[in-house]
Amino acid sequence: MAETRTRPERRTSEARRRWEGSGEPLLQIRGLAKHFPLQQGIVFKKTVGHVRAVDGVDLTVDRAETVGLVGESGCGKSTVSKLLVALERPTAGEILYKGEDVSQMRGSALKDYRREVQMIFQDPYSSLNPRMTAGDIVAEGWAVHPDVAPRKGRDKRIRDLLDRVGLNADYANRYPHQFSGGQRQRIGIARALAMSPELIVCDEPVSALDVSVQAQVMNLLEDLQTDLGLSYLFIAHDLSVVRHISHRVSVMYLGRIVETGTDADVYGHPSHPYTQALLSSVPVHEPALRGKGDRILLSGDVPSPANPPSGCRFRTRCWKAQDVCAEEDPQLRDRGQGHPSACHFAEDHQVVPTTDDLPG
Amino acid sequence: MAVEQPAPPAAGVGSPGAPTPAADDGLGGGRGRVLRKVLGDAKGVVGIALLAVVVLGALLAPVLAPYGPTEVNFETPFQRPLTVGYLLGTDDLGRDVLSRILFGLRASLQVGLLAVGLAVVVGVPLGLVAGWWKGVDAVVSRVTDLLLAFPFLIIAVGLAAIGGASLGNAAIALGVAAIPTMVRVVRAETLRVRSRPFVDAARTMDASGPRILATHVLPNAGSAIIVQATIIMPTAVIGEALLSFLGLGIQPPTPSLGIMLSDAQQYLLRAPSAAVLPGLAIAVICLGFNLLGDALRDALDPLTVPARRRRRGKAAAR
Repeated sequence: MAETRTRPERRTSEARRRWEGSGEPLLQIRGLAKHFPLQQGIVFKKTVGHVRAVDGVDLTVDRAETVGLVGESGCGKSTVSKLLVALERPTAGEILYKGEDVSQMRGSALKDYRREVQMIFQDPYSSLNPRMTAGDIVAEGWAVHPDVAPRKGRDKRIRDLLDRVGLNADYANRYPHQFSGGQRQRIGIARALAMSPELIVCDEPVSALDVSVQAQVMNLLEDLQTDLGLSYLFIAHDLSVVRHISHRVSVMYLGRIVETGTDADVYGHPSHPYTQALLSSVPVHEPALRGKGDRILLSGDVPSPANPPSGCRFRTRCWKAQDVCAEEDPQLRDRGQGHPSACHFAEDHQVVPTTDDLPG
Repeated sequence: MAVEQPAPPAAGVGSPGAPTPAADDGLGGGRGRVLRKVLGDAKGVVGIALLAVVVLGALLAPVLAPYGPTEVNFETPFQRPLTVGYLLGTDDLGRDVLSRILFGLRASLQVGLLAVGLAVVVGVPLGLVAGWWKGVDAVVSRVTDLLLAFPFLIIAVGLAAIGGASLGNAAIALGVAAIPTMVRVVRAETLRVRSRPFVDAARTMDASGPRILATHVLPNAGSAIIVQATIIMPTAVIGEALLSFLGLGIQPPTPSLGIMLSDAQQYLLRAPSAAVLPGLAIAVICLGFNLLGDALRDALDPLTVPARRRRRGKAAAR
């Protein structure tokens, strides 16, 4: 598909030209925040507070790289994805794509950005228009970006795309309800691919699918990355899924990144108590290893993002919490464990048992 | 994409479970699909048949009618139906009821179609715009509320006072009366559809508001619009009868179904057929539009399977 890119080069902006020489990552997120106002009153609205859905997130995604973003429900993962595809405007911070700030983009720059960055949605049912055929759904973006696909070969291109994502190309005339969940998700992937994107934001793309279908879709995403050099920001709450596909992983809690590193770092040497607790909750598939790991049970609920705790946001549920945690917000940095972690008392503590632990 | 598929073989498509790649299983795309589904549905066939009779009757009235619609014959008033020379009898002035119904259909259909057309042409765009842009919504919704609080008879009286009582003014009054409900229905549908993730998907591809309204919102709001239109149609036909009865619509002696109804009330016991028959004609018009609307709504929804195919599938399962 890469060779069919016939798009004429847009006038490159100053920032983008500087980026091209610098070798900086494709996507850089710095201090990203999104606060939703809480309003009261019907006619005269009064803002009584803010839900800090995302509150200072740093992330980078490089070319042909997959970055996993994990966290439990309500931690702000999906808000990050909406900010990334410019469905929401950030309250603070910047999203630098090829050196240009997305929130400053207007007109043709934003249009180009919205071609190069695509999204795969969580729910394969509601993310496809039930009144459009699979072929029309895949071709939808070409109406907005006609230069991506020459008008002549579109039917063939649709068939190629459906074939590429593992669907029968003859199904182009079928409606979404005639497909299974996994097939629908493939249509969603084909819709994203039709734009010849560089970065795809995957917002929990497999969490609505059966486990066997999950694996197929993940393998498809990996194959596409190998063939087309795509970058993924892979958002999920399933740790094993993220580990399988990601090169680097960031763990999110209550609107902040608490730990980040390569998948080996985060999974093999978790240093933030939240990461440790999260990892210890994953079922162990090796029968001989069951019961070997420490299971960390957290008490209490996630605090409200409208009124987050002072200092470290995890301290209300942390067994290591001390006075300093309430006073000082721990920075996300390396404290001797090999990768950045936002905990005053970060230390490597292996929670997932491996076969090395078995005697003999 | 829109390549027309060949017509389905009469009994060719068998087991519904087998994945047949061809689109001619009645489930695929193609522009002829909606028509095929309507014709495959008993409701659709009956609706089209009824409307065909009505429309043909109205169009061919000058040819079909044995007498002129205003031709008076004082020697033969109050003839019963099936009298020689007067198939449906005569009224108090000896006018032929059949001829008057045929010409009356013209007025009723015109008023009904004009009113529905006005409600759709004005109401649908306003509803879409109000549902999509918040700022416009504040204005449109308030004006809609205002219009809804205004009895349509007053609009009709006002229009009659300004432009004189006529078919056109009656249709405008009835159409204006139907606009607020149409706006509300379409606005609600727009709000429902715009929150769906496939609209987000379109927005992430930089699709503009008008484009999303046209490609996503309108097709998904289509069935609600059709239902609303099929509700407005009979209301308008009956409304025309009401306005004509009050002297605000079509002026006698020009026949309309409404005028015939109101005239016949004075001698209801003596010649009930002169009242029943135009009423029956109104009922046929309403029934025809309702059935066709129903079938059209089903046909536009890709989730419904054509009725004929459904039966065949059941038979195969047995």
